[in-house]
Amino acid sequence: MSNRVINILVPIISIIIGLIVGAIVMVVSGYDPVQGYIALWTGIFGDSYSIGNTIRQITPYLLAGLAVAFAFRTGLFNIGVEGQLILGWLAAAWVGYAFELPKVIHLPLALLAAAAAGAFWAFIAGFLKAKFKVHEVIATIMLNYTALYIANAVIKKLSDGGFKTERVHESASLRSPFLRELTDNSSLHYGIIIALLMVVVMWFILEKTTRGYELKAVGFNKHAADYAGMSVNKNIILAMTISGMFAGLGGAMEALGTFQNASIKAGFTGIGFDGIAVALLGANTPLGVVFGASLFGSLKYGALNMPNAAGIPEEIVSIIIALIIFFVASGYIIRVALQKLSKKKEGQ
Amino acid sequence: MGFLEMLYFIIPSAIFYATPLIFTAIGGVFSERSGVVNIGLEGLMIVGAFVGIYVNLEFASTFGAATIWVAMLAAVIIGGIFSLLHAVASISFRADQTVSGVAINLLGLAVTVFLVKMIYGKGQTDMIAQPITRFAIPYLKDIPFFGPLLFRDVYSTSILAFAVAIGAWFIIYKTPFGLRLRAVGEHPMAADTMGVNVNRMRYIAVVISGALGGLGGAVYAQSITGDFSHATIAGQGFMAIAAMIFGKWHPIGALGAALFFGVAQTLSVAGSDIRYIQDIPAVYLQILPYVLTIFALAGFIGKANAPKASGQPYIKGKR
Repeated sequence: MSNRVINILVPIISIIIGLIVGAIVMVVSGYDPVQGYIALWTGIFGDSYSIGNTIRQITPYLLAGLAVAFAFRTGLFNIGVEGQLILGWLAAAWVGYAFELPKVIHLPLALLAAAAAGAFWAFIAGFLKAKFKVHEVIATIMLNYTALYIANAVIKKLSDGGFKTERVHESASLRSPFLRELTDNSSLHYGIIIALLMVVVMWFILEKTTRGYELKAVGFNKHAADYAGMSVNKNIILAMTISGMFAGLGGAMEALGTFQNASIKAGFTGIGFDGIAVALLGANTPLGVVFGASLFGSLKYGALNMPNAAGIPEEIVSIIIALIIFFVASGYIIRVALQKLSKKKEGQ
Repeated sequence: MGFLEMLYFIIPSAIFYATPLIFTAIGGVFSERSGVVNIGLEGLMIVGAFVGIYVNLEFASTFGAATIWVAMLAAVIIGGIFSLLHAVASISFRADQTVSGVAINLLGLAVTVFLVKMIYGKGQTDMIAQPITRFAIPYLKDIPFFGPLLFRDVYSTSILAFAVAIGAWFIIYKTPFGLRLRAVGEHPMAADTMGVNVNRMRYIAVVISGALGGLGGAVYAQSITGDFSHATIAGQGFMAIAAMIFGKWHPIGALGAALFFGVAQTLSVAGSDIRYIQDIPAVYLQILPYVLTIFALAGFIGKANAPKASGQPYIKGKR
């Protein structure tokens, strides 16, 4: 079996094992897995309303996945997507309600603010890594919490002690009457177009620019890149910043599209952590991220239908997602199994 | 509040908040000393918290005042078993340890909330009837100054935490097992050459971290929150990682860092009642542990070196 086939098979096998184990968990807990998966399916594709909301759910996953994947490609592990996303969310909401501008300026400005906020937060981690050799995994985890508490404090201040900011103005909103009507009043918004555009942007940066080549080279082999005259430190900072930009835009999708405000959070949204799974499943390629985000967005939204339609707690899907991550991460063992299998066939 | 009263309030409260962190952070020390990064401490704490609350709710009438100990023992065992997932994935299957840890966190939260909904039909358990309570140590509490400061509002779990910290220091630095553990984390190939079974050492270390993480979670839930929901453990595990790093991967250092973070937590929870700091917005105290950890890693607060082989799977024969 060629490497290419194995690379595609590993995530697919992981998803299948994840779903099987999920079914086993349902049986053991006394639920009907067939009913469960039917409820999941109709929750995702049941009617145009569900489809609209599923696509809405996919939108931030696309951007979170791009953020993680972009960092991965350049040899960095950005666990801080969550924090960058929260600050992007806040920045977009603030620009969205605090200014009065025509839509052509206001909406891009709000998006830009979100991208800048996310980029800045990731830049800190990149800078610390480049200048002080601080491992980006730990730095970004710590920055996640810092972002969460800072965002909560700022929202409290902005809302005079309340728990959410004002609603963003129509001129900064991503909501669209057209898409709503098309999908039976779902909360689908224009953000999906921006997210897909960013998929193209990531592909373009990595595949079509010199800078992208340098970033990838640093990811492949830092020492070789250094020897070839590339500035490793500069590329680390830049890669982190671009990654954070994607994450910040993910926050803007929630601020300007789904929720239309920013509210105080007791804990993390989870989108950033699921972004790690999205990127892993997508083998860190832009197109792969589209598939990964579609899968996770669908599962997460469809799961909401499971308690009502089948009486199964929606957390079963989170269990399945976590298992899929385990299996993808343990891809080595699946590879070994696949290679043994294909060798046996050749031997016959 | 006068200065002395303030001290009498802050110090016991800081020890109270620090206790779960001490257990979990020392668990992290074991894992990382063996060369396995354990980002999954949060998930292990969540599992421990759930097991603790579940046992406490179901068996309080059977075991009475001993319930908390049974609950903690159960959390230690289940935490250890749960951490085997991380061990198998990251040691035997050569998974990226960070990714595997993230999966542990997601899985721990998902499984426990799933179980709570399945068992109790709602997302949050009732309050437990037998929480961990504090007591005063006879005679010692009458010592002037130190009595009220350290011995008047004592939790038995806090005493255990100090014992675990000292015990961990002894095991890691004074026993052959500890020497092998550190060798495996610094230079697994050299350790292997000397006949140390690298993978077995790492399995043991990860299970210890799971047991202590579970214990930390059970203590947190039974003393601080009193019930279990998806938000019971919100970042405690990551704060334990912060304490481990801030304590420079040393048990006693982790103990000190956890106590310091306990002070920060006390001040951020009760800061508005304390005269000298009531004007400081709570957010600064909330982010303090995380910011300090970054500073520690950047080398602003002495040098903090992680075990050299931390994060890399050991593949026999590969140089």
